[in-house]
Amino acid sequence: MTRSHRLLLFLIGAIGAGFIYCAGAGNMPPWAQYRGPYGDVIANLAVYQRHATDTVNAITYDYRGFDTLGEEFILFSAVTGVMLLLRPELSKSGENQSSEKRNPASFRDRATLSETVQVFSTAIFGLWVLFGIYIGTHGQLTPGGGFQGGVIIAAAPMLLYIAENTDFFRRIVSHPFVEFLEGFGAAAYAIVGLAALAVGVPFLTNILPLGTTGNVFSSGTIALISSCVGIEVTAAFTLVIFEYLREILSRDKNQED
Amino acid sequence: MMILGTGLLALIAVSAFIIVRTDDVTNQLLALGFYGLLFALMFFVFQAPDVALSQITVGAIALPLMIMLAITRMKHREAINRAGKKRS
Amino acid sequence: MLAHYPYYIAAWIFLCGLYGIVRSRHLVHTVISLTILQTSTYVLLLAIGFRKGGYAPIFADIHPGVITVDPIVQALMLTDVVVEATVVALLLAMVVKAYEKGGTTSPDDLRYMRG
Repeated sequence: MTRSHRLLLFLIGAIGAGFIYCAGAGNMPPWAQYRGPYGDVIANLAVYQRHATDTVNAITYDYRGFDTLGEEFILFSAVTGVMLLLRPELSKSGENQSSEKRNPASFRDRATLSETVQVFSTAIFGLWVLFGIYIGTHGQLTPGGGFQGGVIIAAAPMLLYIAENTDFFRRIVSHPFVEFLEGFGAAAYAIVGLAALAVGVPFLTNILPLGTTGNVFSSGTIALISSCVGIEVTAAFTLVIFEYLREILSRDKNQED
Repeated sequence: MMILGTGLLALIAVSAFIIVRTDDVTNQLLALGFYGLLFALMFFVFQAPDVALSQITVGAIALPLMIMLAITRMKHREAINRAGKKRS
Repeated sequence: MLAHYPYYIAAWIFLCGLYGIVRSRHLVHTVISLTILQTSTYVLLLAIGFRKGGYAPIFADIHPGVITVDPIVQALMLTDVVVEATVVALLLAMVVKAYEKGGTTSPDDLRYMRG
């Protein structure tokens, strides 16, 4: 069907669905008057039960830890899919296809960045990783946790790429240890849950000592699971970046040789 | 605080419509970055700091990076094909 | 009507994303419209859990017992934001492969398999 037919069909469906939705949404409780009991129950009890001051992370990694395990495996399988789709292909002659192409002119001889940007980008790298580790390990006290810290650390090698230090960037990002870290992070989460089974309590129960509220080493398995998730998210995003840039990086390597 | 929240929601509704009406993909990418910033502000105003931190890192770093890498890789492949065609 | 406006805005954003998917001419435009469609659920969840005058549910400097907003919906949104970025990466990998095999990025021209 043509584009205008498709648009007409969509508009009819959208207006109908929107009408039904708005009629249904009008029966919900008025906005900004949350009534439900569970949020208040958890907000009042989480600090005393788990010694964690960040209630949202206590829910994510402890009360609803099973859902987060599922989400982490969504991330893991998505990264596996990306690596499967973007793996380099062999040409018919058997050689690696990307190594025999010449460098296209439009990707060469750009104006280089000023030295100030290069120096400062490289200097901030250590501070950036430290900030990411801080956010990732303090998830049980203040807003943060494994997911956020992992993304911050995974973005740090891009600073090196911006600073035109592609050799060091390639050495960080293509190291086989990154693949091992990704699998290790995903497996460690499941192993922490299975360790609870080995002791005799249900899966993913908080079995480590809870500690003092307000310390970094408190709230049992929440800190441990948060760190494992941080490792996995870091490795996942680094792998995805490397898979996308693999052709362009190998082109740069041939250019330097 | 409620006026700020209402204004942000209205701005989000307008930008959502503008993003889907943009034609060039690179322009849409920049508009998506602005949309992510609006969302981070909205999470902040509605008392959700954890989610705001997630949205800032993902919406400013990870999501535009992925899309830009995909566009760059397609342009790189197109440049290789064009160079190959010119040679042969 | 005015008491439920965030729910209507969530529906509007959802329909905008759907409109973008229906009318797109470039596959990356389709993926970005899918991202906008996913953000409509964040608006809906946030609006369900909000309470006027409530504080953030982080008890590092306030005492448990004050009125807070709902922490459960925030826990649902937190993991979703990061996982969505990875799923977008997977979709874009498929778009890149479709471009490399088919030679075009328009969804209307990708009717038949090639290569």
